[in-house]
Amino acid sequence: MIQLLVFLPLLTALVAGLGGRIIGHVPSKIVTTGGLFVSAALAWVIFAQFWLDGAAGYEVPLLSWIQSGDLDVRWALKVDTLTAVMLVVVTSVSALVHLYSWGYMEEDPDQSRFFAYLSLFTFAMLMLVTADNLVQMFFGWEGVGLASYLLIGFWYKKPSANAAAIKAFVVNRVGDFGFSLGIFATFMVFGTVSIDAILAAVPGQAGASFSFLGMRMDVMTAICLLLFVGAMGKSAQLGLHTWLPDAMEGPTPVSALIHAATMVTAGVFMICRLSPMFEASVTAQTVVTYVGAATALFAASVALVQTDIKRVIAYSTCSQLGYMFFAAGSGAYGAAMFHLFTHAFFKALLFLGAGSVIHAMHHEQDMRFYGALRKHIPITFALMTVGTLALTGFYFTAGYYSKDAILEAAFANGSSASQFAFFVGAFVALLTSFYSWRLVFLTFYGAPRWAGSEHIQHAMHHDHHDTEGTTDSDEHAHGNPAATGTAGYHPHESPWSMLLPLFLLGAGALGAGYVWHHQFVGAEHGADFWRGSLAFRAELMEAMHHVPSWVVHAPAVAFFLGLGAAWYAYLKAPELPGRIAAAVPALYRFLTHKWYFDELYDAVFVRPAFAIGRFLWVRGDQRTIDRFGPDGAATLVAGGASLARRFQSGYVYSYALVMLIGLAAAAAWFMPFGTAGR
Amino acid sequence: MILSLMILLPVLAAVLIVALPGVTAGVARTTALVTTLALFGLGILLWSSFDSTTAAFQHVENLPLFAPYLAWHLGIDGISLMLIMLSVFLMPLCILASWESVQKRVPEYMAAFLIMESLMIGTFAARDIFLFYLFFEAGLIPMFLIIGIWGGARRIYASYKFFLYTLLGSVLMLVGMLYMVNEAGTTDIGALSVYDFDPRAQFWLFLAFFASFAVKMPMWPVHTWLPDAHVEAPTAGSVILAGVLLKLGGYGFVRFSLPMFPDASAQLIWLVFALSMVAVVYTSLVALVQTDMKKLIAYSSVAHMAFVTAGLFALNTQGIEGSLVMMLSHGLVSGALFLCVGVIYDRLHTREIARYGGLADTMPKYALFFLFFTMASVGLPATSGFVAEFLVLIGLYKTSSAAAFVMTTGIILGAAYMLWLYRRVAFGTTAGDDTRAMPDLSVREVAILLPITLAVLWMGIYPKSFQDPMKPAIATIMTRLDGRVLATLPTDMTISPGSPLDLLPAAEHQGVHP
Repeated sequence: MIQLLVFLPLLTALVAGLGGRIIGHVPSKIVTTGGLFVSAALAWVIFAQFWLDGAAGYEVPLLSWIQSGDLDVRWALKVDTLTAVMLVVVTSVSALVHLYSWGYMEEDPDQSRFFAYLSLFTFAMLMLVTADNLVQMFFGWEGVGLASYLLIGFWYKKPSANAAAIKAFVVNRVGDFGFSLGIFATFMVFGTVSIDAILAAVPGQAGASFSFLGMRMDVMTAICLLLFVGAMGKSAQLGLHTWLPDAMEGPTPVSALIHAATMVTAGVFMICRLSPMFEASVTAQTVVTYVGAATALFAASVALVQTDIKRVIAYSTCSQLGYMFFAAGSGAYGAAMFHLFTHAFFKALLFLGAGSVIHAMHHEQDMRFYGALRKHIPITFALMTVGTLALTGFYFTAGYYSKDAILEAAFANGSSASQFAFFVGAFVALLTSFYSWRLVFLTFYGAPRWAGSEHIQHAMHHDHHDTEGTTDSDEHAHGNPAATGTAGYHPHESPWSMLLPLFLLGAGALGAGYVWHHQFVGAEHGADFWRGSLAFRAELMEAMHHVPSWVVHAPAVAFFLGLGAAWYAYLKAPELPGRIAAAVPALYRFLTHKWYFDELYDAVFVRPAFAIGRFLWVRGDQRTIDRFGPDGAATLVAGGASLARRFQSGYVYSYALVMLIGLAAAAAWFMPFGTAGR
Repeated sequence: MILSLMILLPVLAAVLIVALPGVTAGVARTTALVTTLALFGLGILLWSSFDSTTAAFQHVENLPLFAPYLAWHLGIDGISLMLIMLSVFLMPLCILASWESVQKRVPEYMAAFLIMESLMIGTFAARDIFLFYLFFEAGLIPMFLIIGIWGGARRIYASYKFFLYTLLGSVLMLVGMLYMVNEAGTTDIGALSVYDFDPRAQFWLFLAFFASFAVKMPMWPVHTWLPDAHVEAPTAGSVILAGVLLKLGGYGFVRFSLPMFPDASAQLIWLVFALSMVAVVYTSLVALVQTDMKKLIAYSSVAHMAFVTAGLFALNTQGIEGSLVMMLSHGLVSGALFLCVGVIYDRLHTREIARYGGLADTMPKYALFFLFFTMASVGLPATSGFVAEFLVLIGLYKTSSAAAFVMTTGIILGAAYMLWLYRRVAFGTTAGDDTRAMPDLSVREVAILLPITLAVLWMGIYPKSFQDPMKPAIATIMTRLDGRVLATLPTDMTISPGSPLDLLPAAEHQGVHP
């Protein structure tokens, strides 16, 4: 069953990708989407076995992979509770995104390729979550990176999409650099890359130290931090986050599937999968906690000032991933996975909802040109609101259960890092509520401001039905943001293929927390549910129930404060945001430039790399090595290039001759003496 | 007899093509293709009859031709077998790739390739040190001719440079060989491989051989002949140059340096590591700024070859196995990349990257193959490149975490220059009408690229098929290395650490890991 679940998407990807031009778009779409629904159904069956029946984990070996000396890597599928949770998330969201793309990508001439990439991605992600060893996990890790690269750059004629695709791949490679070294170090220390064997041997290595780059380091700390660098890359944590917002260049369904629900959570999954290792290093946990908290704060602060609807949600994703990391760093792995689970539903919902808005607004993504859309696309509006309620943690929604669990666990943990994370997290909940409701108000409320949009004007004047990719809108300056009115444009609600996934995800965003919170974070049922597939600290989960009541109510307070502030700033007194921006221009610039990370990296890494490359090529290869090497030799021997010229005719033959005569003469000279002397 | 047959058959075909009167271009092409396919068939036969369980040399032939100076002594172990397979696999594809693009002096061209194939097989099969030397050095002569006659505008400069570098190394190696034979009293490679030379002599012998092998690899800083040679060589020449000739250096290290000078190898790992580390970072950065496609791939070859040297001198099973897989993998992948360049060069007659763009649109089949080989080059898991890089680095880490740290940056830089190349060639908008008018791959071109694709996937998903024959041979080398004292490196490049030895179970001990 698990084999079919995992390999069906690969098979359908190959059919659609290689045969798409032959069998046509519709069969390609039927094959890929159908395959994913089959996989999703199987995933729920497997999940139910673990959830309801308390099934035991198992492994399905497939094939030998890399065997060398004492290194033995297999292809194998490992299934336990943690995997089952990920299977459900990955296949469900993927199936719904496939379905959604029928409507969203309807006009695209390369649909088969798109669906093939989506299915290929799903396969790689499934290999990642079923990995029984670190190397197969790395296979999935890089595989999803490839699919992400291809999908971000799907509209390959757009320079910005190409740049974003390369950036995503290369920044992820920086993370993979750490991940690789982590695997190497793990293998050296544990003599195996099998996850079960490593985790079993962790206690024996706690406190051990080894030499890394000439420094004496704690073994578990070094390994965990190296692996964590990988997680930071894939999950866009502060420092390696710069690719995620740019990844929004990809089609919106991709953003929902890869850059919200599944791939970016791989880092969280990795840490939970390897949680006994992190439990063995307090330092590593502290680092994870601080990085997570810092990311949550950073991304939320940038989300406040974004005007592109997808980028707001992208930064929100980044920020929520920060929550998951500091939950894991605080030892609440169950809570981290719980938030991963619920977040998949409501963030996919928000992205697909945003896609529906973008679809309705003729590919305009700038919220400054939205407004008053709730009357025109009421279903999208309702479902976006559901997603926002869940994201901002309104009572009894999915986000309420998971975010509260994280904050309470951070508080209950008691370490200073976790305390810090708690306060940051509570404050970020306020920011989250503010920017989320800001998005809703700017998009769905107020007066229509569509007239200023290039896209809308384009639609009205030319009645031109191009896809995002083939319009050259990026080169056009936007119209006047102050222009109001509809310009005679009538947005339409999206087709059912796009709305049905929204409804299903909406159900998850509302109910997933209530239904499963006992299993994921319950002090009583949690250990039974996880069954050792992650380090479950029942006593921490118990302590969550005994935190002071102000801690319990903090997220709700944050919700209402953020909602109120957004309402005041964007509906009651809409001129206020501009006044604030004008009052603190430095802060505003700092935020709109995303804390200047891109500029910094460009100045420190990208441009120097090219400059040094040019320097080494010209100064190193040409003016040093060649000048004093072959060219110099020619000058020395025969004065300039004439030697080379004289060589034209006979050099090959002279070479052969020199070689043969030299060999023969030397052999004749040396050998008799040699053997005689013996 | 099969090895002699494989060496003599292409020579015979070459002589027939050139000597018989009235051989047309078409006949020459067909003869060359049939001959190379026959050799591939013999290669399959060789592999299928190969016993992977023993380290003993197989298919041994020993004809004491000019004993004691030179014997026609042939034989293969798994390492030789795999490199011979690589050669006979690539050769028919090279003939096919030259089918239309070479129109000048076709019979001579085909003869040059056939003779080169013969000499390459001879190099990998030779069991006599002077026989090896003859094949090893003579193998370059057809390549000089191919570059010098069928090459591009600056072909003379390129082949002169190639020649000059090679000559220097050869002379030193020959002197070294003479000393060795004199000292050990035999020209038999097998006997020399178990002869214990004085460690001080080993040091100088190592350096003499190093001069030759480092040029062939090529290692930094004696790499500058490679970009020029590649740029000027015709497509098929580049494929053989990158695919097989660059493997001669690595083969030399594995066949001579490691087993014959084990003490010197262990003492001089710092030299190899340092050059490899510089090479990866240096040439990757240089590759980033290239505007000529072939130069870019040539520089990437230097970076990949640095993985081979670093892995070999990690002096453990994973490192050496990884290096050998890297040699095979790079042979396939870089060969395929040069073929990919050749495909569009045939259409537009420029290697200038800026003249291309948007090929994903106009040549979708081509874009797919090119993407695949790009990904194989950056070592995406499930391609052969990953298995190779992974084994090299995991082995290297055991010996020196610092070296592994620096070499691993290659995966970042490699991704950067290859994706930047791919983006400029395949994505974006087409640069001009002539670019847009280029037709997609022909059946012949698909027939060239598809076999390599399958081989790369096979080696990436189930490398066991390729590793198993080599394992006994590597085990033999490891026995030779066992117990040699590793060099103590300066503290910033610590070697003995890299392992938490004092805190780990005693099973792992300092020094070389068997």
